[in-house]
Amino acid sequence: MRFITVIAVKEIRTYFGSPMAYVVSAAFLAITGFFFVASVSDAFAEASIRGYLAGAVFFMIFMSPALTMRLIAEEQKLGTLELLLTSPIREFEIVIGKFIAAFVMMAIMTGLSLYFVVVLFIYGDPDIGPLLSGFLGLGLYAAATLAVGLFASALSSNQIVGLIVGSGILTALTIIDFVSERLTGLASQVLDGFQLGASFSVFDLDSFGVAQGGHFADFAKGIISVSDIAYYISLTAVFLLLTVLVLEARRWR
Amino acid sequence: MIKVEHMSKSYGPYPAVIDISFEVLRGEIVGFLGPNGAGKTTTMRVITGFTPPTEGVVTVSGYDVVSHSLDVRRHIGYLPETVPLYLDMTVTDYLKYMGEIRGMNSAWVKDRLPLVIDMVKLGEYRNTLVGRLSKGYRQRTGIAQAILHEPDVLILDEPTIGIDPIQVVETRELISDLGREHTLLLSSHILPEVSAICSRVLVINDGRIVADDDPDALSEKLQHAERIEVGVRGAEAPAFISAMREISVVVDARSDQRASIIQRAERENFAPFIVDARPNANAAEQVAKTVIDNGWGLSNLTPLPMTLEEIFLELTTEENLGE
Repeated sequence: MRFITVIAVKEIRTYFGSPMAYVVSAAFLAITGFFFVASVSDAFAEASIRGYLAGAVFFMIFMSPALTMRLIAEEQKLGTLELLLTSPIREFEIVIGKFIAAFVMMAIMTGLSLYFVVVLFIYGDPDIGPLLSGFLGLGLYAAATLAVGLFASALSSNQIVGLIVGSGILTALTIIDFVSERLTGLASQVLDGFQLGASFSVFDLDSFGVAQGGHFADFAKGIISVSDIAYYISLTAVFLLLTVLVLEARRWR
Repeated sequence: MIKVEHMSKSYGPYPAVIDISFEVLRGEIVGFLGPNGAGKTTTMRVITGFTPPTEGVVTVSGYDVVSHSLDVRRHIGYLPETVPLYLDMTVTDYLKYMGEIRGMNSAWVKDRLPLVIDMVKLGEYRNTLVGRLSKGYRQRTGIAQAILHEPDVLILDEPTIGIDPIQVVETRELISDLGREHTLLLSSHILPEVSAICSRVLVINDGRIVADDDPDALSEKLQHAERIEVGVRGAEAPAFISAMREISVVVDARSDQRASIIQRAERENFAPFIVDARPNANAAEQVAKTVIDNGWGLSNLTPLPMTLEEIFLELTTEENLGE
């Protein structure tokens, strides 16, 4: 536990010392701000964060890997991974520490966008339920996407490769419903079960969609279901485990 | 402290180290000498637990590097060949972090850090970003992280590579000092460096240990010949060569055929020769005297140290040497 904290604290300090965190935060706020405003500025608009959530989950496909791409790739590039792996510290402690750091950064970023909620309360009368479930879902969704990004970062010493592979995996999980729509029966259901939650229909400014069959849809509506929670937690766990395995495999080369 | 028994390591089908055995005792400074690609780094990576051996048993302080990897890593300080530094941290922050990663608590780090910074003479750079340090100071920072947690065993991979000559001297002094407190294994491809620092030398070539001896004995074995490059004006080649062969300590003399030398010789108007002589016999002095006595002009006279390649050639082609 101590090593996990040491790693996490170091990574969070590095985030604040580099322009990356500020650039990603600014982009996140600008983009989610746009979707928030677009969704609540109609004459009879609903006082909700639906637009914000749809924008956030969609852009996390790219922002999570952008936040995590440096974490392991750079250790490999600098040669410091050799130092970490010859220190009395286990691979999972490295991975969890770095994951926590990325999650804290994402939480800070999301925290900055909470003023949207304040705006809603000032000018409207939003439902508390969907707000809470929305942010719970967003947290779980962020964890899963960061885990995928961290895994991608472990694959090579090139950060750009990490970004592209990470976003690639997340995009594949997002557009999986294009495939499942064209199938029937069990195959369709199984594929639907993997749908990450975001939807490209986010660009359709009339619907501000998250994927209807996806795991985020219920959170956006104010429904918390065990299967959705289990999906995100499993996805997080599986990719963190894969990251540990990639690091361990490095020893056996 | 370090015991390597019949260790082999292959990367896929490519063997990097083949069946090597050696032991490093407490307090010894052992130099690991070999050309690039001989298996030095691989052996060190196995000892530090970074990569497991394909075959054989390696123990450090009695702990097996595979089954008790964490215990081994607690007892080792390691400086890899590419000095692993976080360029955006200050020297102090970097060392603190490395100490914590090595399991030191903050009180220990606080006590130990000034001592170590002093030892490697990094005092005035303690708050400088690592990325702004010169190569020699980066090397020192790397050494500092390796000794911070007071390890029993110190493993330094090419600690003087790529730094300027003055800093090389300082770094060697530092390493010699460290050798008084630690068991030390360092690798190098420079023979004089290893002779200067180490009490024992392991020579490794093509993944095999070809010699294990103290530096004096080793260089004696290696000094079969002294080679001298001579440039002479006004001498015919046959006359010069026969004059040289008359000197008792000279083994052989011949014209220097290397293109670069011939070009220079033509430009500067001298005839280039190579003279091989018996070692430690003041051959250069006698060659110079003979040239002058014959009324020739001595343009240049350079004793050539044997290159490492030649040494390895000798070690690997001659029998009854080494193991």
